[in-house]
Amino acid sequence: MFTDALAMIETAARFVPPDDLRRDPPVPFEVLGDHLAPQSRGARLSVSKLAKRFGETPVLDGIDLNIAPGSFVAIVGKSGCGKSTLLRLILGLETPTSGRIDLPAGAAARFVFQEPRLLPWAKVVDNVSVGLGRTGSRAARRAEAARALADVGLDGRGDAWPSVLSGGQKQRVALARALVSRPRLLALDEPLGALDALTRISMQGLVERVWRDQRFTALLVTHDVSEAIALADRVILVDGGRIALDIDVDLPRPRRRGTPAFAALEKRVLDALFGGFEGGDAI
Amino acid sequence: MTRARGLIGWILPAALVLGWEALSRLGVIPANILPAPTAVAAALWRVAVSGELARNMGVSAWRAGIGFLIGGAIGFAFGLANGLSRFSEEFTDTTLQMVRNVPHLALIPLVILWFGIGEQAKLFLVALGVFFPIYINTLHGIRSVDPQLVEMGRTYGMNGFELFGQVILPGALPSIFVGLRFGLGIMWLTLIVAETISASSGIGYMAMQAREFMMTDVVVLSILIYALLGKLADTVARALERRTLAWNPAFEGV
Repeated sequence: MFTDALAMIETAARFVPPDDLRRDPPVPFEVLGDHLAPQSRGARLSVSKLAKRFGETPVLDGIDLNIAPGSFVAIVGKSGCGKSTLLRLILGLETPTSGRIDLPAGAAARFVFQEPRLLPWAKVVDNVSVGLGRTGSRAARRAEAARALADVGLDGRGDAWPSVLSGGQKQRVALARALVSRPRLLALDEPLGALDALTRISMQGLVERVWRDQRFTALLVTHDVSEAIALADRVILVDGGRIALDIDVDLPRPRRRGTPAFAALEKRVLDALFGGFEGGDAI
Repeated sequence: MTRARGLIGWILPAALVLGWEALSRLGVIPANILPAPTAVAAALWRVAVSGELARNMGVSAWRAGIGFLIGGAIGFAFGLANGLSRFSEEFTDTTLQMVRNVPHLALIPLVILWFGIGEQAKLFLVALGVFFPIYINTLHGIRSVDPQLVEMGRTYGMNGFELFGQVILPGALPSIFVGLRFGLGIMWLTLIVAETISASSGIGYMAMQAREFMMTDVVVLSILIYALLGKLADTVARALERRTLAWNPAFEGV
């Protein structure tokens, strides 16, 4: 936990934004489209003037954000831009230096980490039960967990030890653990970052499917712009601790990469990310 | 296959015993230096029939067990306290580390002055010897629990007890078992020394008695019994480890 924070400080320190960028007013959030189901179970989230510094280093500096219930929002940015910190602040894993975060009480937010973080000494089904806490009897929890496992395509693997699963399967167990309590907000911190390209694509399909089925509000932090555009209704670019770009993605689902509209959006985000030239100074 | 693997470890000891018997019979090894295995077996029969063996083994096992329980429980408790509480560690660890650096067998003269040669002296020494490996490894085990799992547990709403029972203790268990096995080794070692120096019963006493009467066979028998008891304790610890750590791929098929 501390090493995480240290790594964040280190990387953040390397990305001190130029002065002119920091004085820019924050990009106002757009009024959200009405294409979302009005009866969504998702939680509404609003963040205002959120700032976080680690010691002297500012990581986030005045974030304002309104997220509609049931929408899928992707947060992208270079490494160390503060996007993971933003997510951790929203979920209460870190305390903000200033500003406020409004989540309805009992929103039952869940977090999917970059690593699966399964308990190696608990069977898969018991790992999923962790998501249910102390509710109900152990047998009831296990039954619920088995259903959640079936939802992520791991029907019948409940009795396995985590160590025998592949990386993608472990991350699916972690997803089931997050979903089993029917959260109204699901935060995903680069959950597919460590997977190989093929597993990634099938996992993206899975994340999209469970989101469409369950209609929670989803917040996905990723460094992969094409993943963000494939999944999200709205893409937010964080740069230098501020929101540098906030666009709606209005493509029909399921989305296909390589269509002109997809590519145009991808280019727009990448241009904002690298200030005009591909690759540029980010490497 | 597993059965054959289990037996393979016994080939070498069996060969050694056979060679020893042969050399004794040929007169290469004089009986007053090292009696033949058959002579040791005869001694075993003798002390077993007289009831001497059962009595002494019972006394030794009792001392080992009680001493281990006392020292292990205290070591485990300190390991938990210092692993979980920074204050507790700062408060006690320096003291414990200083005491640890005194070889506990060096305390024998003092312990005899304190307790005489009664049971307390033996229990005290065994408990002291067992304390440190259990303490250090419990502490290390708790310290090395993956902080990411702890964060996951907190994020998923575990309270302190659940976090301890579901994340910290299972995570520390492999290391605690290492301490347990070290502790068992030290338990026998301490007991042998304590019983040999000052006792009126026990396997060590039996060996010292036999030395007085030049009964080399009983002396050798006592040493062998210690070896077997040590092996037995280790086997029990390993079986326990295999049961509890079934999740760990490192223990598969051990």
